Amino acid sequence: MTQAAWIEAALTSARPQALAALLRYFRDLDTAEEAFQDACLRALKTWPQKGPPRDPTAWLVFVGRNVAIDAVRRRSKLQELPPEEVLTDLDDTESELVERLDSADYRDDLLRLLFVCCHPDLPPPQQIALALRVVSGLSVQQIARAFLVGEAALEQRITRAKSRIAASAVPFDTPSPAERTARLGVVATMIYLLFNEGYSSTAESTALRKQLCEEAIRLARLLLRLFPGEPEMMGLVALLLLQHARSAARLDANGAIVLLEDQDRELWDRTLIAEGLALIDKAVRHRQPGAYQIQAAIAALHSRAPCAADTDWAQIDLLYAALERLQPSPVVTLNRSVAIAKTRGPEAALAMIEPLGARLSGYFHFHGARGAYLQQLGREDEARDAFQRAISLAGSAAEAAHIRLHLDQLAKRSAHGTALAGNRPE
Amino acid sequence: MLYAILCYNSEDVVYSWPKEHDDAVMARLSAVQQKLAGAGRLGPVARLMPTTTATTLRKDREPALVIDGPFAETKEQLLGFYIVECEGLEQALETARELGNANPGGAYEIRPVAVLNPPGPGFDSRSGKR
Repeated sequence: MTQAAWIEAALTSARPQALAALLRYFRDLDTAEEAFQDACLRALKTWPQKGPPRDPTAWLVFVGRNVAIDAVRRRSKLQELPPEEVLTDLDDTESELVERLDSADYRDDLLRLLFVCCHPDLPPPQQIALALRVVSGLSVQQIARAFLVGEAALEQRITRAKSRIAASAVPFDTPSPAERTARLGVVATMIYLLFNEGYSSTAESTALRKQLCEEAIRLARLLLRLFPGEPEMMGLVALLLLQHARSAARLDANGAIVLLEDQDRELWDRTLIAEGLALIDKAVRHRQPGAYQIQAAIAALHSRAPCAADTDWAQIDLLYAALERLQPSPVVTLNRSVAIAKTRGPEAALAMIEPLGARLSGYFHFHGARGAYLQQLGREDEARDAFQRAISLAGSAAEAAHIRLHLDQLAKRSAHGTALAGNRPE
Repeated sequence: MLYAILCYNSEDVVYSWPKEHDDAVMARLSAVQQKLAGAGRLGPVARLMPTTTATTLRKDREPALVIDGPFAETKEQLLGFYIVECEGLEQALETARELGNANPGGAYEIRPVAVLNPPGPGFDSRSGKR
């Protein structure tokens, strides 16, 4: 790797923790971001000459803090602090700082930074956009492209989100164990949503979607490293890894969705799967089941099946039943119906989801699954209606295209095939 | 003399690498390994999963304590190792430098190996992929 690339990777990876420590110090997001930015500029100047410091994160916190204090002093015409070239020679100072910044501080700092982005007044998309901008350091342009919004609009949204955060009290006290768990839960949800944004999203570019997924995995791994004994964090990382492992098989050459059962399992990333399975193994030992662990266990059963026909659907049904008890939601029941369709047939699956109609009437996957069960039962007119409803709710071109395949199948078999094909909604 | 070259690097940095970069590093490392293998000097090589997957058994008490996470909380983590046949420390350092050129950043600990047992009968090093 060239030196420039190494420095860039070091700055990217140091950002969440360095920024989080600066936030604790300055208690203001904008000041912390500016300080980090300045520290990075100095790093780009200093590191190529002197080599990277032993602990880049501590260096950036130290220099960022000094630069910002320096700026304040300059404004008030006081004496400047010595330049950081001198400071970095003081190895003792650096290691002392490293000591003080050790894991306990870092982990609450990082959790606070992420938690601040998950302010309850902010709708989830804004939480994600803010976290990507502030914590991950993605550019406004990158985020705007991922969310298919204009850059100016996104810039405005982030500014507004920040001022809303600034107006509310950021919790700077050290959280109690219960608070810490609650914050972890909120932050885990945001990371999961970030991953889903990349996984199922609106973003047209595959590269961008992949970047969102990888960023979610990076943040989740970082959190798990700081909270190594939290089984739900293990479950979350495992879930993201197992799902991400299938990404190369999820879309065909034309960008159309390939269902799990039709995917080429040779394309699954076995390294990611092995890591996911290892994490579930670790989590289970704690005997504290949680929603992420169960979902990861379901994903693991798919990953373990050499081919779709070998999938242990009975076990998946049991896991979904456990998830329903833990976190009752119509979407969970809908997912469970897929396992029911495999173990007990489409009729039982349809009976399971019909009561969900009122709550899931605006949900693409509900109509997609319902259409598929109706189609399997030979109730073709109803299936066609359900698929058409699904298409009108599709969140991406790939989703719509996938449903259109079902409609095409129906059209081929139907006496009115030609007429209907012409009427397909676009 | 056998040497272990233990690879330490910042996990945060390594796992921030884009896949293309990771692939490029692995390709360069594999070229160095092939050279070592050609000279009959390459022993077992392992890349470890991230420390988040690690579990530590503290056996200095009864019953032993199981702790999530790696043994040592360090700024740079043990991410893998090579076992290489070298004439002595000079050649071990030279080999480590070659590996380091293929994969800059972090550090290698070069440690002579006292005992290296061959794999047991029936051991399949590819089983991890299944």
